[in-house]
Amino acid sequence: MLDLKLYMAQRLTALIMAPLVIGHIAVMIYAIQGGLSAAEILGRTQGSVFWFAFYGLFVLAVSVHAAIGLRVIAHEWGGLKGPALSALTWAVGLGLLIMGARAVWAVTWA
Amino acid sequence: MVAEAQNLKVSVWRGTGETGEFETFDVPSRESQTVLDVVSWIQQQADPTLTYRFACRVGMCGSCAMMVNGIPRWTCRTHVKKVSENNTLRIEPLRNMPVIKDLVADMDPFFDKWVSAEALHHPTSTRNDAITPVDATTPERQAADAGIECINCGICYAACDTVAGNPDYLGPAALQRAWTLLNDAKDGGRIAILDAVSGSGGCHNCHSMGSCTRYCPNELDPMSAIAGLKRETFRHALRRKRDA
Repeated sequence: MLDLKLYMAQRLTALIMAPLVIGHIAVMIYAIQGGLSAAEILGRTQGSVFWFAFYGLFVLAVSVHAAIGLRVIAHEWGGLKGPALSALTWAVGLGLLIMGARAVWAVTWA
Repeated sequence: MVAEAQNLKVSVWRGTGETGEFETFDVPSRESQTVLDVVSWIQQQADPTLTYRFACRVGMCGSCAMMVNGIPRWTCRTHVKKVSENNTLRIEPLRNMPVIKDLVADMDPFFDKWVSAEALHHPTSTRNDAITPVDATTPERQAADAGIECINCGICYAACDTVAGNPDYLGPAALQRAWTLLNDAKDGGRIAILDAVSGSGGCHNCHSMGSCTRYCPNELDPMSAIAGLKRETFRHALRRKRDA
């Protein structure tokens, strides 16, 4: 159910996510404490290659990581297996990727 | 033997295959009585049709493991006084395995997984070659020695919640043997072992919950052996990619 490839994908995305999560939380605290408005935040993120790469990578890593994690739970707790389990894994991964990519696009480029 | 006033109330799983129920027996309480003594008393004095498995009675053969009050134990080395709750015992066949009859679990799936994990000897030489020297001081040999005293009792496998939720998972005993062989100078199956434990039921399914290490009657540490396999397979895969 969890072979070496999936295991490696989950561990490597965890490695990527660790510093990004810290960065994300730091940014959230900073944005709220400074009382930044939505317009001010957008003013800093739009057109920024840095924030596009930061959150773009974050969304990619989260999609892979969460899809594999939920796959394990669905199998061990829900008894899902075979094609249904694969379908769920892909649906979760692609769903998160699409939603996340839309959000990143909206705040950095759109 | 000094008989004590109180009898033990012992619920024993009775049945064939998937169907069955608990049957309760009153068993005289004795000094220095093991759970296997209790089961044997029932079979000899109360109901000769009770089916169970044992052989050596001294903790060497790994035949007599059963669930005792919900915990997998080697019954021949488990004293009733240490595990009974209010003078009651609940004895069942090992968890995570099909039941043949009463207290006898079918260990075929358990041993089939040893073979699937390549947890078997891969010879490197013939009788005409010199014997491979074993250096007891190397870290590899020490890792092998740490897990080599497994008696195949199936207790870790019955204790493992990952096996319970994921029946294809190879389980702690087979993976620990794969790990000892991987570290054995006399075993030549390195690649075969690494591939075998990297499949969909392989070592990467382990959540490191540690029940195997907690309940191993020989105080072995399969959880750390599995962690070793995860590290080694990961390293091997990265190296393979670099060399490709």
